[in-house]
Amino acid sequence: MSVGRSLFAATLAGTLALALSPASSQTLRYANQGELKSLDPYTLNESTTSAHLGHVYEGLVARGKDLKIIPALAESWETPEPTRWRFHLRKGVKFHNGDPFTADDVVFSAERVRAKGSNFLSRVPADAKVVKVDDYTVDFVLSSPNPILTALWATWYIMDKKWAEANDAVAPTPAAATTPSYASLHENGTGPFTIESHQPGVKTVFKANPNWWGKPEHNLKEIVFTPIANPATRVAALLSGEVDVIEPVPVQDIERVKASPNATVLTGPELRTLFVGMDQARDELLYSNVKGKNPFKDVRVREAVYRAIDIELIKNRVMRGLSTPSALMVAPEIFPSKDFTRPKFDPDAAKKLLADAGYADGFEVTMDCPNDRYVNDAAICQAIVGMLARINIKVDLQAQPKAQYFAKVLKPGGYKTSLYMLGWTPDTLDSQNVLHDIMGCRDDPKDPNRGEANLAGYCNKQFDELADKVLVESDTAKRDLLIKQAFELSMKDWAYIPLHQQALAWGVSKKVKLTQGADNMVRLYWATMQGE
Amino acid sequence: MSEAVVPHTTEKRPAASPGRFRRALDSDVFYSFRRSKITMIAAGVTLLFFLVAIFASVLSVQNPFDPAQLQLMNSRISPLWTADGQSPFLLGTDEQGRDVLSAILYGLRISLLVGVLGVVLSGAIGILLGLTAGYFGGAVDGLIMRIADVQLSFPAILIALLINGIAKSVFGNKLDEMSMLAVLVFAIGLSFWVQYARTVRGSVLVEKNKDYVAAAQLIGLPAPVIMLRHVLPNTTGPILVIATINLALAIITEATLSFLGSGMPETMPSLGTLIRIGNGYLFAGEWWIVAFPGIALAALILSINLLGDWLRDALNPKLR
Repeated sequence: MSVGRSLFAATLAGTLALALSPASSQTLRYANQGELKSLDPYTLNESTTSAHLGHVYEGLVARGKDLKIIPALAESWETPEPTRWRFHLRKGVKFHNGDPFTADDVVFSAERVRAKGSNFLSRVPADAKVVKVDDYTVDFVLSSPNPILTALWATWYIMDKKWAEANDAVAPTPAAATTPSYASLHENGTGPFTIESHQPGVKTVFKANPNWWGKPEHNLKEIVFTPIANPATRVAALLSGEVDVIEPVPVQDIERVKASPNATVLTGPELRTLFVGMDQARDELLYSNVKGKNPFKDVRVREAVYRAIDIELIKNRVMRGLSTPSALMVAPEIFPSKDFTRPKFDPDAAKKLLADAGYADGFEVTMDCPNDRYVNDAAICQAIVGMLARINIKVDLQAQPKAQYFAKVLKPGGYKTSLYMLGWTPDTLDSQNVLHDIMGCRDDPKDPNRGEANLAGYCNKQFDELADKVLVESDTAKRDLLIKQAFELSMKDWAYIPLHQQALAWGVSKKVKLTQGADNMVRLYWATMQGE
Repeated sequence: MSEAVVPHTTEKRPAASPGRFRRALDSDVFYSFRRSKITMIAAGVTLLFFLVAIFASVLSVQNPFDPAQLQLMNSRISPLWTADGQSPFLLGTDEQGRDVLSAILYGLRISLLVGVLGVVLSGAIGILLGLTAGYFGGAVDGLIMRIADVQLSFPAILIALLINGIAKSVFGNKLDEMSMLAVLVFAIGLSFWVQYARTVRGSVLVEKNKDYVAAAQLIGLPAPVIMLRHVLPNTTGPILVIATINLALAIITEATLSFLGSGMPETMPSLGTLIRIGNGYLFAGEWWIVAFPGIALAALILSINLLGDWLRDALNPKLR
């Protein structure tokens, strides 16, 4: 072999090696069932949107791979007094346009996130004072102690004051805005990725940020995000290699994707709990043939509905085994439910309860249900309709897209529902959020945000007292006991019917390595990818 | 050509007599029917579809529209002849434990009902407007036909989607299954009237200058009577052809709307809804949920179209 040839071979090998394992040169294509509308990080409090924006924006804190709160833009913090939190900010951080990150931006973001139009009002208490101590120190002065203040902050992203003022983006973009604001089409975060182009509902291209303050764990050059609403199309795109990551994989297609040579499914329990709520606030149901009274106000009727639902059957048939029936309104990872078991499925007892309550012949009621939000949501509702039909409750099912559904049943729509299914992951990853937002009395004059997502209108003052104690209790054992008492009380009231935790199912190409979080937020800044 | 169009006159026709059935069997149309095997098969299949739809409740093992009759235990059973098949589910069951065959029979009922009512409604609108335009002419004619031209420039499915969308936003969530059915009929009726109007207007323009019309006008009959009793019967041939073809189109439109999710809800599925439901289970290998409703829809549309084609040829004097 001549010198020339071996030299050529060495060069070739070197070139090949370069081509095979270049750092940060991969393009990851990601498809989700939902679209990314606004880039304004205060527009929509929805985990998928927050997950997308978490690539370009960062909070003072973030969540690590075990979902624990870790430092991000704040390097450290302390609570010199229970009502004063002091944050020491990271130095040398730059926004994507080059502006330095300082305490002014934190103060500005704290005001903006609490301003009208923001969907994240509860991130910073309305009466909290945010004080700049120096350029890299900020104090949060609260009116009452809140030991879990930072629990909600991993999705409270910090914005650049100078940039917002220069671009008429000081006010948050409301979700209902008809004309996009500058901040909803452009970003200026501090995160590991920048957005190169954004066509709402069509395609968003993320580019790796070479000036990021941290050490990247990914090896990506860019992320191309496209929404694919149709589940079968999404699966086909993954199988054909058109995209590298999809979320979610429909349960019926998990086996098919697992069997494919070039993709697999990451599954795991999700923290979201699905539950059924019954309007027990109104004196007469909005949608029912029972007039002059509300059957769901009778605790026996609520128990009957609970006992008529065969959750194991739903698990085996509708969810194909990929759900964890739940006795509690939170996942076991949030509050272990060893002391709680679901009341037994017992349609005969349910019938008797209905008869005792004076509805031996049943009644008619309308059920609201989303059909594009949770895993098999419409199918679960249909199954429940069938089960209730067996105890003579005739349910008219309204399965609708989430946009219509949320607009109708949530607070801004006036809680217009009689019977509904909803899923909830506490943003704090803590039970208190559920006790307060979903099960607390509505229209509490002292706390207008209490019961914000309590569409059923469950209200028990004793329960609220327990929830308030949970908020300020810092001793874990005592706190857990209080939470337990609260859940016991709500079960005695048959307040809600928890169904199950659904399973996460992310379809991932075998070229990609991902870390899956139980909060179902796809964090591609932890993704690594092999070359072609 | 002489016997092609027998103008009706005001003179009373002979009452129905036993000979009339014979006359029908001897007619040219029936002759060409008997000559075409494929038409006979198509007619048989169409008739069969109508019959099974009418007697769906007798033929089905369950009422798929009644949630109380669906057993979740029986979900996702494959067809009877496969290894996991179970009696009585001949064509298997879907995710809710709905028997696919029963669902097809009941779904056919909805598809045909929406189709037939849609055709009747579009026919009524189209014929009325076509007669008026053709008979009166002038500004009335111009107005109606320009509206028709505008509507013709959009695909019918778009119009149906538009009407459907408006109805949904007006009535919101108050729409139950039966009113959804009415909305579909309305949407289809309003999207397909143009062809009738144009055809009827054309025939009226030919007929209205004939002597029998002049005679009717001379004896002082009012315009509506002349239009409906004298002119209309002479346009029935083309109307029948359009109605048959439009029946297939209306059924397809309903299926498309339902497939897109803006038609019949999943609790009361039509064929289109069944195909949409089944579409999600193709990758999972549960092919029967989508395949059988698809085959049923295709067979129905094909037979009706074949019948329509034959009718068009049989009634066309130039092809005899």
